Amino acid sequence: MSARALIFALCLAAAGIQTGAQASSATEAALAADPVAEKRLQALSKELRCLVCQNETIADSNAELAGDLRREIRSMIHEGRSDTEIVDFMVARYGDFVLYRPQVKGATLLLWGGPGVLLLLGVSALFIYLRRRASRVADKGPLSPEEASRLEALLKETDHP
Amino acid sequence: MNRYFWILGAFAALAVLLAVGLRLNPRDIPSPLVGKPAPAFRLAVLNAPDKTFSPEDMRGKVWLLNVWSTWCVSCREEHPVLVQMAGKIDAPLIGLNYKDVRGDGELDISKIPADTERRMAEQRATEWLDDRGDPYKLTAMDIDGRVGIDYGVYGVPETYIIDKQGVIRMKHTGPISPESLQKKILPMLAELNK
Repeated sequence: MSARALIFALCLAAAGIQTGAQASSATEAALAADPVAEKRLQALSKELRCLVCQNETIADSNAELAGDLRREIRSMIHEGRSDTEIVDFMVARYGDFVLYRPQVKGATLLLWGGPGVLLLLGVSALFIYLRRRASRVADKGPLSPEEASRLEALLKETDHP
Repeated sequence: MNRYFWILGAFAALAVLLAVGLRLNPRDIPSPLVGKPAPAFRLAVLNAPDKTFSPEDMRGKVWLLNVWSTWCVSCREEHPVLVQMAGKIDAPLIGLNYKDVRGDGELDISKIPADTERRMAEQRATEWLDDRGDPYKLTAMDIDGRVGIDYGVYGVPETYIIDKQGVIRMKHTGPISPESLQKKILPMLAELNK
């Protein structure tokens, strides 16, 4: 990581570490009083990624941008927009990355199918290995007389060095 | 022998995967706005009380929109590059001062009235430009960050290159370095100005 990238990351962090100060504004309080809207906001913000703290949803993140976006969603709910419209609004601005659960489509096929393919490969490798080993072990019958005497000799050797 | 070949092969594949993965910048999220018309807005202009700015005003010109803030640490690093760049390029540089007061983690916005916030933001921005030089043709004031949301701003500084038809052609997230200026910004401007 270059020094530049580090400074940038710190800048993001500094912008991010701030509790939702603006959550106390009067209009937001009025909107928050509506339990149905609040439930929709909760559900929606769990589906959307915070772009500052990338492993958190907008619902979990304390970053300032997440607060802004929650406020934006609240006002869109208040305007009577549907969930799809709200999600589309976010995707139009921040891209598919904003969806916490990636969509199933051509570009994400490997992402969704990859683990299953790997599991299948692993299971079949294990299966082939076990079958080969079983046949190897089964092929060998009891020891031939020469083998038996050689074994005897070797054992003796180790007993009395 | 054969078995070791497979193990080594798997290890090499993993090493390549990690080497590529670790070099990617996770902050560099492709913007869906590239190739789309720049979102419209109209904002007050810093130190020009009777003027406003809208992307519409720039029709027919290739121009840059640079999102900045006085609380942004990376902007401090970027600013000298912008000052140097502004004199050399054949494209106006417009500043978008983004949430200068409410974005500052050290200020509690719930205690600041709206008109005071605007005054403070303008004062902070003016001081910054007086101290470090003003590379901008003008600076539009996005006090509450609503325009920032329309542009998908998530990490200041960000820079957008917009063509003569008003379409966003490039988004650069993070500070512009002398290197990215030479390799990304200038070639794009030259191509669009052809």
